[in-house]
Amino acid sequence: MIRPMTISEKILAAHAGLREVEPGQLINARVDLVLGNDITAPIGIEEFRRIGATKVFDPDKVVLIPDHFVPNKDIKSAQQCQLMRQFAKEQNLTHYYEVGEMGIEHALLPEQGLVLPGDLVIGADSHTCTYGALGAFSTGVGSTDFAAAMITGEAWFRVPETMKIIYHGKRRPWVDGKDLILYTIGQIGVDGALYKAMEFVGETIANLPMDSRLTMANMAIEAGGKNGIVAPDKVTKEYVQSRAKRPYKFYYSDGEAQYSQTIEIDVTRIEPQVAFPHLPSNVKPISTVGKVSIDQAVIGSCTNGRLEDLRVAGRVLKGRKRAPYTRLIIIPATQEIYRQAMKEGLFDIFLEANAVVSTPTCGPCLGGYMGILAKGERAVTTTNRNFVGRMGHPESEVYLANPAVAAASAVLGRIGSPEELGLLP
Amino acid sequence: MVYKGKTWKFGANVDTDAIIPARYLNTTDPAEMASHLMEDVDPAFIKKIQPGDIMVAAENFGCGSSREHAPLAIKHAGISCVVAKSYARIFYRNAFNMGLPIFESAEAVEGIQEGDELVVDSEKGTIENLNSGKIFPAQPIPSFMQQLIEAGGLMNYVQKFKMK
Repeated sequence: MIRPMTISEKILAAHAGLREVEPGQLINARVDLVLGNDITAPIGIEEFRRIGATKVFDPDKVVLIPDHFVPNKDIKSAQQCQLMRQFAKEQNLTHYYEVGEMGIEHALLPEQGLVLPGDLVIGADSHTCTYGALGAFSTGVGSTDFAAAMITGEAWFRVPETMKIIYHGKRRPWVDGKDLILYTIGQIGVDGALYKAMEFVGETIANLPMDSRLTMANMAIEAGGKNGIVAPDKVTKEYVQSRAKRPYKFYYSDGEAQYSQTIEIDVTRIEPQVAFPHLPSNVKPISTVGKVSIDQAVIGSCTNGRLEDLRVAGRVLKGRKRAPYTRLIIIPATQEIYRQAMKEGLFDIFLEANAVVSTPTCGPCLGGYMGILAKGERAVTTTNRNFVGRMGHPESEVYLANPAVAAASAVLGRIGSPEELGLLP
Repeated sequence: MVYKGKTWKFGANVDTDAIIPARYLNTTDPAEMASHLMEDVDPAFIKKIQPGDIMVAAENFGCGSSREHAPLAIKHAGISCVVAKSYARIFYRNAFNMGLPIFESAEAVEGIQEGDELVVDSEKGTIENLNSGKIFPAQPIPSFMQQLIEAGGLMNYVQKFKMK
């Protein structure tokens, strides 16, 4: 008799060649994909070479994406990208994405069908947990794990306990996946899911579009989670069937599976959320924010740079202008999203609103470039972290919100909701 | 190993942007990373510390990004080890993989005043505060991770056991 398992446990067991696993167990597992970017891969590549490795385990399964500081923001970034590019050439990697093809990694991989349900994926980027939205087990690691997995095709894991979070009820107007995850982090804290799998369930999730699910899984790390995961369903099937180029498998948690904790959330009570500086858990409902003037709004990132996010921003910005002296920076996460947004006329709306539209980059989210804040400035942004100095000067402030709130705030010149503009969803 | 040094104390949720701001991630040079350690929290920190000093923090140390620049900066700044109430998952993993000694003990952290001298013994699993005279047990390290440390980190482990 195999012990009842959660979806996370089943995926780990399958990849470790075991019939069953239990929380706390240390396992060695085969990975389906190993990901690195222009920040983390260079250290990993140097380690790979240092110990005398010459070949990656499988050139189809190592993905390199320059996305953080590209197009190169300075000479040092250019050197990092050059190192990565040379390695990709030398190893003949199938999935290296040059500028002009690249997108923000966690938007690009699902979009291109590189990550599929049932996969086990590690990436040298903390937001690798995003792919849990597809019913995969994916988690962020450092450059050394990345380097080791490039050689062996394996990684060690401590099987996490799973926390079940059940979302009930219909979302209010202008509430999306960002608000559900911010609210959840506000409830449990930035280490509320430390080392744990966060399994998102309930009828709200069943009715949530894939882009919003990706946003939720993306921010599991902001609660300390090892991974965030949503069981595959018809939304998943619809998303992956046209993208997949190899077989995939749907796993589901057993009815008798054990959870370390179960949290129930009444979604009907959740307003759009704003995370105040300097922790993602420092959330307030939009109606209680008060008057917080802003200098910049950013709509983009691996959290909220997808097509649905841009469409929502378009609905808010249509026929409006951003407030004077307020910068509005919009960053479609991939070339495909960029092109589709352009086709749908969203760029006209954005440009009429006096926004700038950037090529895909992580840029401002981590204070890299393309929207750095000066001392004392405030930004409302759809990104994922609001730590001290995250977007620039250590005395600047970052407020996290969904794309509708970020767009409305750009128009108002202060943090506010689309409803204040008289907008119905 | 025995680590002895003066402590520098921090609060909860010290994030990796605080340990090394992202604007300095465009390098693979550990010495350069080290020169920016805790810069946005205290620009003079790197000048104040002595080789062997110990960083002490409350819960969830190293939260945020997966950047290995964070443990690298700490290690190459000459910090001998870190003692915290708890660690963010990726930081914990990275530290073992790349060879920064880290120890977990809520009780030890509670009793430490900044500047106290600690003696941390990894074999005995003890954290001794020389100023208060108290000795605390550190959380035991899982045996696989002990093997990683003994091998000199994950890459050396891979070289030894997986590349033959």
